[in-house]
Amino acid sequence: MAICGYCIGATKGLVYIRAEYPLAIRRLRMAIEQARGYGLLGRNIMDSGFDFDIELRYGAGAFVCGEETALIHSMEGNRGEPTVKPPFPAEKGYLGKPTNVNNVETLANIPVILLRGPEWFSSIGTERSKGTKVFALAGKINNVGLIEVPMGTTLREVIFEIGGGIKDGKRFKAVQTGGPSGGCLTEKHLDTPIDFDNLLAAGSMMGSGGMIVMDEDDCMVSVASFYLDFTVEESCGKCAPCRIGNKRLHEILEKICGGRGTEDDIEYLKNLGHVIKDTSLCGLGQTSPNPVLSTIEHFYPEYLAHVRERVCPAGKCKALKHYSILGDKCTGCTACVRTCPVGAIVGEKRQPHRIDNNLCIKCGACYSKCKFLAINVR
Amino acid sequence: MNKVSVTIDNTRIEVEKGTTVYHAAKSIGINIPALCYMNLEHLNIENCPGGCRICVVEIEGRRNLAPSCSTPCAEGMVINTHSGRVMNARSTVLELLLSDHPKDCLVCAKSGDCDLQDLSIRLGIREIHAMENAEMSIYRKDSSPALNRDMDKCVMCRRCETICNKVQTVGALCAINRGFMSVVAPAFQQDLIDSPCVFCGQCVAVCPTGALTAVDHTPKILRALADPSKTVVVQTAPAVRAALGEEFGMEPGTLVTGKMVAALRRLGFDKVFDTDFAADLTIMEEGAELLDRITRHLAGDPTVRLPILTSCCPAWINFFEVYYPTMLDVPSTARSPQQMFGSIAKTYYAEKLGIDRRDLVVVSVMPCLAKKYECQREEFFVDGNPDVDFAISTRELAALVEAYDVNFGALPDEDFDTPLGESSGAGVIFGATGGVIEAAVRTAYEVYTGQKLADVEFRELRGFEGIRTATVDFNGTPINIGIAHQLGNARKLLDGMRSGMYNFHAIEIMACPGGCIGGAGQPFHHCDTDRIKARMEALYREDTHKAIRKSHENPDVLRLYEEFLGEPLNEKAHRLLHTHYFTKEKFS
Repeated sequence: MAICGYCIGATKGLVYIRAEYPLAIRRLRMAIEQARGYGLLGRNIMDSGFDFDIELRYGAGAFVCGEETALIHSMEGNRGEPTVKPPFPAEKGYLGKPTNVNNVETLANIPVILLRGPEWFSSIGTERSKGTKVFALAGKINNVGLIEVPMGTTLREVIFEIGGGIKDGKRFKAVQTGGPSGGCLTEKHLDTPIDFDNLLAAGSMMGSGGMIVMDEDDCMVSVASFYLDFTVEESCGKCAPCRIGNKRLHEILEKICGGRGTEDDIEYLKNLGHVIKDTSLCGLGQTSPNPVLSTIEHFYPEYLAHVRERVCPAGKCKALKHYSILGDKCTGCTACVRTCPVGAIVGEKRQPHRIDNNLCIKCGACYSKCKFLAINVR
Repeated sequence: MNKVSVTIDNTRIEVEKGTTVYHAAKSIGINIPALCYMNLEHLNIENCPGGCRICVVEIEGRRNLAPSCSTPCAEGMVINTHSGRVMNARSTVLELLLSDHPKDCLVCAKSGDCDLQDLSIRLGIREIHAMENAEMSIYRKDSSPALNRDMDKCVMCRRCETICNKVQTVGALCAINRGFMSVVAPAFQQDLIDSPCVFCGQCVAVCPTGALTAVDHTPKILRALADPSKTVVVQTAPAVRAALGEEFGMEPGTLVTGKMVAALRRLGFDKVFDTDFAADLTIMEEGAELLDRITRHLAGDPTVRLPILTSCCPAWINFFEVYYPTMLDVPSTARSPQQMFGSIAKTYYAEKLGIDRRDLVVVSVMPCLAKKYECQREEFFVDGNPDVDFAISTRELAALVEAYDVNFGALPDEDFDTPLGESSGAGVIFGATGGVIEAAVRTAYEVYTGQKLADVEFRELRGFEGIRTATVDFNGTPINIGIAHQLGNARKLLDGMRSGMYNFHAIEIMACPGGCIGGAGQPFHHCDTDRIKARMEALYREDTHKAIRKSHENPDVLRLYEEFLGEPLNEKAHRLLHTHYFTKEKFS
């Protein structure tokens, strides 16, 4: 940050850090104190005549404040809402002054580039994405955690080599990159070298560097709904397409997961998703439909199954679970009949029992009770 | 080179650098639809959050659609304002707004005058998708003496927030909550009456939906008119006659005084009087007060408080009570014309009719919403009976005229009733910024100098600029006058005064843009400042047509003093026509 300040002529740096990270705050404060102690921050750094110091500013629990203009307004003490760009912060930012805004990861690359040289740095990575990238590997994978790899590493390498493959030997289904506003990539993308452009071209993005791995037991419709739940909560509310549009996307996805969706709903999701991307004021709204659009694109049969056959292929959506009794396994013990809270199971002693699916509330009590593995869940 | 050339819908034009795409398009007759964008030229009021996303356009080379209201033109830009992509986006976004909006157009106070409704009609929305599962953002309703808040209808345009904070500097409204439930409301979701709200109503004047509306007293008026035991009289403010015609399709600036009187008679009011009469009365009292203070000041009296501030604007008085509580002895103690009228009507006139004040109902027609609040202030009641029973707005009057099936345009011109209907030109110009102080100067000059004015017009006091200063020569004695309209300008003037930047003898403050003619009870201006200007010109025009143009020459006012009051500022005048002010303990 000090190097950046030296280059652009700033004597003050502000770090915006989530208040929910007290450990990070403590460590950063310690580091700043130490730097000051070494004369690397403060007045006349290393006798250069250049002053630079850093202040911390705390977030208050808003994802949208990661957007640079919202971040700036939050630091000014105003409502953390993005404002229209242009003007960009480089022209008019914090308190109306020219401001340079960067992620910690970006700034962390600077000393290395200065010390080892730009040619060395450019030798790592792809044509248009140089250097390394930090990813947060999570989900249905054996090795979760933070990794740093050269740009251009393939998804396959990250997931199956560094990540150790899918947990419990399940089948890979999708990987969500970029955080809650990223898109879901599939098996056919596994050999894509990871860089900014390739991810965008595939319908996702680099975003925060998140990489969530999903397996055959994940329902992609439910995944889309899960991410929309987040973005609906975090939308600042300023612009109509994000404030209301994301809410409607979420509602329709919930409707589909609840077994009440139609094919028209899927068509509306596509149009609405594209309009939200096209008209939202900031990056949050411009990317929040990505989970929906990418899953409809790559997992369309799964959506169709939800609305046509009212079935969730992954077996995840509770409302679409279909409980039935396997006649050849059922001993007619009536344990499930007695356990069902809504009386949906009929059957005489020693006769195979039957579940009335109109009454079944899919609670799963019968499945838990049966000692003979006679309850089938689809 | 201060110009850039852009192509809009295949037409190449040159515009000033910095012009937005919206304005560039407008200059060639392309009116891009918009909702949150609000620009009142000449009044320094602009709201441009770029939030509604209705005004989006396609710009070649740009990945997504651009909000034309906040996108400056750049050299070589190629813009398409109505491509298929743009039309689909606009309709979809509008549909979203409608999906989170109550569907009660048929009974909504804004129906027929609503920007959201107009937009829906213009874009031809015939279906709202995704309503089966749709949650709506709903809020507790709030009602104050002057305005209603129904934030279920809020579209987060932020116009009210801008006007309350940036223009009026009152600070009663702000955006709260996040995301779907975000809304503009007083801090901590308080009711308006508990907030610093001064009831200027400018938020109502700019709200594009039925979220912020005026309190409607027409049912109460109708009940009073139908009650045979009551004598119902009405007074009309000067600004009403310059704007009422707009509600019936007439050009802004058409003076409809005669028809207004005729319409009120058709509605059944027993007597139709003129607030302008009371404006002349106000000048008698306030002019005397002004001269008293100035004379004592010039004689060296250190206890005199100068400047004197006009006190006819109740929103301004509220503002003063909230933000300048240590200066409560500075404004004139004269009541507003509305209140002076009520006070005289319920004493002098009730006596003449031989009826008890409780059987006299005084209604006022005002361009203003704060007047609804003013008439129910405790100090304007006598023995539990208000001096002014109800204040209705220009819009409410027009609604009554419509409901009663009166063909306004075909009405003959009629005159006001006596003895409270005669007014001078000075009384008429009260409705324009600078008008009150000009009226005061016309009288104060002649009384102070003992000379007749050759020209009663003081053009140096007129105009549209937010803050104006002038020095009027009272035959050798320079009188410094400050004038402000819109409360943000009033604040600047007062702060300048406190810091010693200005040195005034008299200040006139109006809370609304242009003065009362821009009041929140007037026909909606829909962002057209020229309408306000036209109304202002109409009032000055009416002044020139009057035979009597100075308040102290109004024979009915002089008769009132002779028969009833005695002299300005005497004990009776103080009791009936003057008041005092209170601190409001809200955030002050």
